[in-house]
Amino acid sequence: MAAGAEAPTSSEYIVHHLQHLQSAKQGFIIDMSVVNWDTIFWSIAMGLVTLFVLMKAASKASSGVPGRFQAAIEILVEMVESQSKGIIPHGDRSFIAPLALTVFVWVFFMNSLDFLPVDLPHYIFAWTGLDHYIHYHRIVPTADLNGTIGMSLGVLVLMLYYNVKIKGAGGFVHELFCAPFGAHPALWVPNFALNLIEFAAKTVSLGMRLFGNMFAGELIFLLIALLGATGVWWLWGMHLVAGAIWAIFHILIVVLQAFIFMMLTLVYLGQAHEGH
Amino acid sequence: MNLNATFIAQLIVFFVLAWVTMTYVWPPIMKALDERAAKIADGLAAADRGKAELAEANKRVEAELAKSRAENQARMADAEKQAAHLIEEAKKAAEAEKARILAQAKAEAEQEAQRAKDALRNAVAELAVRGAEQILRREINAQAHADLLGQLKAQL
Repeated sequence: MAAGAEAPTSSEYIVHHLQHLQSAKQGFIIDMSVVNWDTIFWSIAMGLVTLFVLMKAASKASSGVPGRFQAAIEILVEMVESQSKGIIPHGDRSFIAPLALTVFVWVFFMNSLDFLPVDLPHYIFAWTGLDHYIHYHRIVPTADLNGTIGMSLGVLVLMLYYNVKIKGAGGFVHELFCAPFGAHPALWVPNFALNLIEFAAKTVSLGMRLFGNMFAGELIFLLIALLGATGVWWLWGMHLVAGAIWAIFHILIVVLQAFIFMMLTLVYLGQAHEGH
Repeated sequence: MNLNATFIAQLIVFFVLAWVTMTYVWPPIMKALDERAAKIADGLAAADRGKAELAEANKRVEAELAKSRAENQARMADAEKQAAHLIEEAKKAAEAEKARILAQAKAEAEQEAQRAKDALRNAVAELAVRGAEQILRREINAQAHADLLGQLKAQL
């Protein structure tokens, strides 16, 4: 939003800020012909930041005395390693543990974009002239359901993969139909239905949890920003105070949600390693 | 909260990132961590070994010290004994020397006294003879009265 000709109303401001930079206007709730460029751009950008940070630590890794940055990354790696070891003690963790590390750091960086002032990107677009092309823009990829569902679908794919890998295709199918209630033929349908619900619930709740937290956080930042936009001096002061308090509290949410996403990924993949 | 093709892209990014981390990030860091853990373990073991060796060396030094102390003591006792022995011998020798010198001196003194007695006897005999000569106013044959004079001399 350019510092525009006429000031938008509060609801216009909110709606504007909750509109993605899309390839086309989305008519239905699910429309696979539409792409959110802002989510893709910022998630890839944060992915590159993640890889940059991790690769920097990896390239300097040595058995000697670590520097502070090195030690910080190593503490993180050790934390992820010990968590994954605790959850999957006997499986092959050569992919799962790095995956958990990536998820944690990546989600953390994506969530952290929430700390940028909500109107900053639009001012930058106006200043650089990009606002002729970018009318709508949301910077936090994890406040877009596509971003979080995309990741949780990745976890679903991995759950299915590890189920088949550990139990074999036959074993997995057998488990789908014979667990949790029992192997009696009359129970096959209830078993299968419950397993489908379980997988769907895991995937949806994993994606929705992160999305909900980050979306709510973003919305509250928008509402706080509205205080300052009123032009009343004490409301402007409230903007400062409330914005600072919420940002400080949001640090907790950002790290916590990234950690929860990582832990649930590990737990779900760990469950794929266990037979019923 | 509309779903669209974005999540497909996100799904792909998810796997690409995880794959890159698995390939290029995780192994070197884990290797470094394991190596460092091994190094620290080695260092700790070396420190323990060093401590044990130090204790061992200390014990050895202590034993060595005790031994040399005992040796010293024995040597000192020996030396003292020897010194006492030497003094004893020297005393004995001196005692013997003293006795010898005393005996010699006594003998000499006796001899001297004997000589003086003899000389005195001779002189008295002569005096007596001369007196007798004068008393008798005659010459006495010293040869003839030698026996008499000898008797007189022996009585003195």
